[in-house]
Amino acid sequence: MALAEPPGHPASLWRNPEPRRTYDVVIVGAGGHGLATAYYLAKNHGIEDVAVIERGWLAGGNMARNTAIIRSNYLWDESAALYEHAMKLWEGLSEELDYDVLFSQRGVLNLAHSLQDVRDGVRRVEANRLQGVDAEWLTPEQVKEFCPVVNVSPKARYPVLGATLQRRAGIARHDHVAWAYARAADALGVDLIQNCEVTGITVRGDRVTGVETDRGPVTAGRVALAVAGHSTLLAEMAGLRLPVQSHPLQALVSELLEPVLPCVVMSNAVHVYVSQAHKGELVLGAGVDQYNSYGRRGGFHVIQQQMAAALELFPAFARARVLRTWGGVVDVSPDASPIVGRTPVDGLYLNCGWGTGGFKATPGAGWVYAHTIAHDRPHPLNEPYSLERFTTGALIDEHGAAAVAH
Amino acid sequence: MQLIPCPWCGDRDEVEFHYGGQAHLVHPADPDALSDEEWAGYLFLRDNPAGWFAERWSHAAGCRRWFNVLRHTVTHEVYGAYLPGEPVPVIAS
Amino acid sequence: MNSHRLRTGGRIDRAHPLTFTFDGTVHTGYQGDTLASALLANGVRTFTTSLTHGRPRGIYAAGVDEPNALVGLHPDPHAPDAAARPAEPMTQATVTELYDGLRATSLRGKGRLEAGRPGDHGRHDAMHAHCDVLVVGAGPAGLTAARTAASTGARVVLLDEQPEMGGSLLGTREHIADRPALEWVRHALAELAGRAETTLLTRTTAVGCYDHNYVVAAERRLPAAGGGGRLWQIRARRIVFATGAHERPLLFADNDRPGVMLAGAARTYANRYGTLPGRRAVVAANNDSAYAAALELADAGLEIARIVDARDHVPPYWAARCADRHIDVSAGHVVVGSRGGDGTVTAALLAAREGDGTASSAADCDLLLVSGGWNPAVQLHTQSGGRTRYDERLCCHVPHEPDPRRRVAGAARGLARLGDCLADGAAAGADAASDLGLSAGQTPQPPGAWEPAPLPPLWPLPACPAAGDPAAQYVDMQRDATLADIERAVGGGMRSVEHVKRYTTIGTAHDQGRTSGVTAAAATAGVLGVPVAELGTTTNRPPYTPVPFALLAGRARGRLHDPVRTTPLHAWHLARGAVFENVGQWKRPRYYPRPGEDMATAVDRECRAAREGVAAMDVSTLGKIDIQGPDAAEFLNRVYTGGFAKLRVGSCRYGVMCTADGMVFDDGVTMRLAEDRFQMSTTTGNAAAVLDWLEEWLQTEWPQLRVFCTSVTEQWAGVAVVGPRARAVLARLAPQLPLENGDFPFMAWRDAEVAGLPARVARISFSGELAFEVYVSGWDGAALWEAVLETGAVEGITPYGTETMHVLRAEKGYVIVGQDTDGSVTPQDLGMDWAVSTRKDFIGRRSHRRPDTSRPDRKHLVGLLPWDTGELLPEGSHLVCAGSGEPEARTPVPSLGHVTSSYRSAALGRTFALALVRGGRDRIGGTVHVALGDRTVAAQVTEPVFYDREGSRRDG
Repeated sequence: MALAEPPGHPASLWRNPEPRRTYDVVIVGAGGHGLATAYYLAKNHGIEDVAVIERGWLAGGNMARNTAIIRSNYLWDESAALYEHAMKLWEGLSEELDYDVLFSQRGVLNLAHSLQDVRDGVRRVEANRLQGVDAEWLTPEQVKEFCPVVNVSPKARYPVLGATLQRRAGIARHDHVAWAYARAADALGVDLIQNCEVTGITVRGDRVTGVETDRGPVTAGRVALAVAGHSTLLAEMAGLRLPVQSHPLQALVSELLEPVLPCVVMSNAVHVYVSQAHKGELVLGAGVDQYNSYGRRGGFHVIQQQMAAALELFPAFARARVLRTWGGVVDVSPDASPIVGRTPVDGLYLNCGWGTGGFKATPGAGWVYAHTIAHDRPHPLNEPYSLERFTTGALIDEHGAAAVAH
Repeated sequence: MQLIPCPWCGDRDEVEFHYGGQAHLVHPADPDALSDEEWAGYLFLRDNPAGWFAERWSHAAGCRRWFNVLRHTVTHEVYGAYLPGEPVPVIAS
Repeated sequence: MNSHRLRTGGRIDRAHPLTFTFDGTVHTGYQGDTLASALLANGVRTFTTSLTHGRPRGIYAAGVDEPNALVGLHPDPHAPDAAARPAEPMTQATVTELYDGLRATSLRGKGRLEAGRPGDHGRHDAMHAHCDVLVVGAGPAGLTAARTAASTGARVVLLDEQPEMGGSLLGTREHIADRPALEWVRHALAELAGRAETTLLTRTTAVGCYDHNYVVAAERRLPAAGGGGRLWQIRARRIVFATGAHERPLLFADNDRPGVMLAGAARTYANRYGTLPGRRAVVAANNDSAYAAALELADAGLEIARIVDARDHVPPYWAARCADRHIDVSAGHVVVGSRGGDGTVTAALLAAREGDGTASSAADCDLLLVSGGWNPAVQLHTQSGGRTRYDERLCCHVPHEPDPRRRVAGAARGLARLGDCLADGAAAGADAASDLGLSAGQTPQPPGAWEPAPLPPLWPLPACPAAGDPAAQYVDMQRDATLADIERAVGGGMRSVEHVKRYTTIGTAHDQGRTSGVTAAAATAGVLGVPVAELGTTTNRPPYTPVPFALLAGRARGRLHDPVRTTPLHAWHLARGAVFENVGQWKRPRYYPRPGEDMATAVDRECRAAREGVAAMDVSTLGKIDIQGPDAAEFLNRVYTGGFAKLRVGSCRYGVMCTADGMVFDDGVTMRLAEDRFQMSTTTGNAAAVLDWLEEWLQTEWPQLRVFCTSVTEQWAGVAVVGPRARAVLARLAPQLPLENGDFPFMAWRDAEVAGLPARVARISFSGELAFEVYVSGWDGAALWEAVLETGAVEGITPYGTETMHVLRAEKGYVIVGQDTDGSVTPQDLGMDWAVSTRKDFIGRRSHRRPDTSRPDRKHLVGLLPWDTGELLPEGSHLVCAGSGEPEARTPVPSLGHVTSSYRSAALGRTFALALVRGGRDRIGGTVHVALGDRTVAAQVTEPVFYDREGSRRDG
């Protein structure tokens, strides 16, 4: 397990153009999803007259704040299909974009701590296999073998009773991913406009005609939102209400450490998800704070609970030190599944509600969102993720088996 | 760790409370009279402003009472608490 | 030994030598040393090798801003408890207090966790404090702030990261009122210590400032004091940040050699630790503070070869003093490079500031002291939402429009002169108290407007391009990131400091940009050709200094990680060797193995006892809620899917409750105790959630209903007596209680005396057998249980656990919420239309009519009987259409549903299962295939009731 220093970045990344007055497609939000969408619009659909408009700095929102875990072992067929599509793209992404995104398929363990966890884990493993998603069930002994630093003592307060393992799952380097998409999109002619805040969405009749920004109006036949955390605010500009709430989500890193954790470990009951990044820091995600917030910060007690949980599973981490904590704002939908598709406003598209799970979907989300925008109808993979499901009741409830849906 | 003003117990640490989201939602008197869309709106649509927000909290580890708080979702500033059924306080500018 | 130690002076105790080991070499230091000061005293110059470039590095600073001197600390292998002592994977030598026997190894930027070591089980306590005024930092400004605030009667907490208070005064020879400043410090501390309402905390670092003035501070204990620490969580009405400032490094080629050091750090080493970090120094600076450092060092015996001042004019005050000591000063000059030998610095290369950067001369030295000005420590201020502005004169970011609830005082807001800091602190302390209505008597005056002479910024601007090779100008020594990296990032299209930070990794290492942040931002601005102020700065995030995981976790580990809940019968279960299952926080017996029995054998025996004789179970963990009030029946009618209004007193009824979304949320049996009183039972794991749910609806939606709910879960202990012989056993326990079906029918309850104890008995059955649940006060639980077992001994009464309960209930098709449901299942999906009223509204009812929720082909709960009667279907396995063959060969294969419960049944003499299957009720009688890895198993779909379909056994 060699954790090499990450390679450097290319000498040239992107232009910094001034916004033009009109585009075919305006994507609001230059996070991972927005950038990937722009890239696939140009690459897959030949739509290059695209601007990605970003209020701050490129990929500076949740893309800069997530724990970079990638897996596709979701419970429901609809979810597994979407995330597995993303997984297949991840597997060729560095080559596709000619930029090492440091995708490391080191395996993700989801630990089970109760008999019901075991049932749920087996259920998910079996569902994944039918979907063609690699999945294994491990006994506690096998967990110990795969990840020696995990505490599998039966004396633990909530002993490890087993785990699911997806070997193809792992981590990537979030900045590399965003910058790789940005560079590739830029090379295909997409304009990446930073420090430009969208202040309004112009709608004529039932049709979108463009956006207002703090650097002037931009007209566009199609406007696609990719503004995780702020989706309801942007949608409101077009008169739409969304079943989405914004909550803080915190994460933290330790100091740099020699290799100690060979894979990603996640646990629902003892709420932990942790990996060791390429540079050597342990990266841990905390729980979502309970209240609505756009403050990009959460409560300290959430971090404390996170550390207590981490030490239950990894007593050897006790003297590791927290170097940095931070918070992002996540969109939370009622069924913990995303909303990707058309809206009641023609030409306005929606990609939101990913909660804590957006990063891992980045290539897949960009792919199907670009398809939706290009054809004005959803890709089969995002068809179940419509807004209408909240009316019909056809929810895709990942809460049950994935309270830690990261 | 925010400081939440329980109208009955006084200021207490946030860990003592459960959050209840948007306040002043009205449970439909006759759900059958609603269309599927309207019912979905009741179930799932909530305000999510970046700014002052009238929201419900309950003092779960204290008096267990529900009350409303006017709180700013960006700064986390708390304007004050008020009782269920009372109108949203007007913020003096 | 201690080749660089002064004979006198400093705050070390020369009478108290300490032996320590660094990288295998034994050294000696003194009480009061840090590891860094002791190493410098021993002449150690090259400390480590850098992370990626492999360059030699020395100690650069004297505190938390140290970028290079990282060490791992190890327990003495000869100590008796060595194995149990934690190793310290990574810390700074500059903040490591020396102790006897300390063993340290230098690190190359990475710590090492030993997976085999038990970790740290030292004592880590959480401390909670409230105060009127919290003062962070006990330097000159902090001390005066605390004194002034405390003098008003305010409750004050004053904390400081150092082992002793005094801040910068500990490392200088400043005077206050013509007396050594440390005398003043001593006096101030004595005064504060005498105040009952003042708390003084040393070795305590405020690491985060959170919402509503919630400050988290980490207090560390020395290993000699047992290690560990205390995590202070302080809610302060007002805060004064008197956090001081950090000296700014200089950029020039090879600015990272051992021997290059911050001027203020060298001053501290000399004054506080009696150590001279070299013999002959060149001082490079752009501000006055370096002169004070140079002069004190000269007075301590260090040869000052030259002071290189970037400013064109040396202030006369300093010029005169340099002249007195024959110190040469090169005004208008800068250092543009260094020479080295053996890796450490041997000379500074000088050039005129306005020139082309070509070195005009070299000055030999073994110590190159640098000072680029001071960066206020604004981290806590900005963490708590405070803004900063870039000060062109000071070349740094200073607090801007601080919130009066969180003031900033002294050097932390850019003040440099001691007198100003003292006055500023006093004013801040008085103002903070005054906000709270406390008066300081005479109000201290804040310092007059200070117009410092502007500093020439010493970072590369287009006008001054050539301070040597950019690839050798280290901006972040720990990350080995240079000016060339910044140039490359900007060249690549990066325009934001955040992007440059991420591209170059500057500011992401252990010191979190304390030395590099401002320099990196300024250098980026320089390369971009924009004002520093316009570019802004990166965001400071907590913690201010790294905090051990163990300290944050505190006591919430091991047994105390989450409370364990046990029933009054727990001791008996333990004594009888029960195997337990965690259900929520509860420990429940899963089965009671006899010697030599495995679980299957034990469960088979327990099941037979319940079906054929009599068995008993501890059911105390079930949630119990007392619901009272005139509108209680109406309330239950709204909460449960079934009707409760007409339930008679003395009877009970099974109920299902749904979420507003119409999905099954909980179930249980509710007794009507009186017209206006019910006792609801809930599932074990959901008890708290159900109570919350009831209270939320009552208080926020239906306040007009006169109903009150109280949890009585732990007030009652419960024992289920189950099986055909149950009546016989109970008859002897409760001779006064009529037990025949006519007197005491199914789903009735009676108060009675059982085993001489006041009890409530309910005829409820979760097994299909004749059964009584007997409830007594929790205090009487153990007595009841023992009486039941003793009385039933004749019948061979058998205690049973949750596993047997699961088998028995599944044989009857009774669901377990959370096992046979998953939040996406309606009562109708479970075939429970009989429990759903069509004549009244209830929570979630409208949702059942939605298009998808009312689809006829939803997943239904059905029974499965594997064709092979010995095949136990794994719970969680999935069902596929017939003929799918090897499922994994042709993915994706649609799943029809999954097995939710699966057991071997003693009563049926075969295996059976419950499953949620798409359109399941229409498949009854048909065959489905269960995918089991590389094979599939056929099973018949049945009604989800396997045993006693007629329900004849419940009456005995």
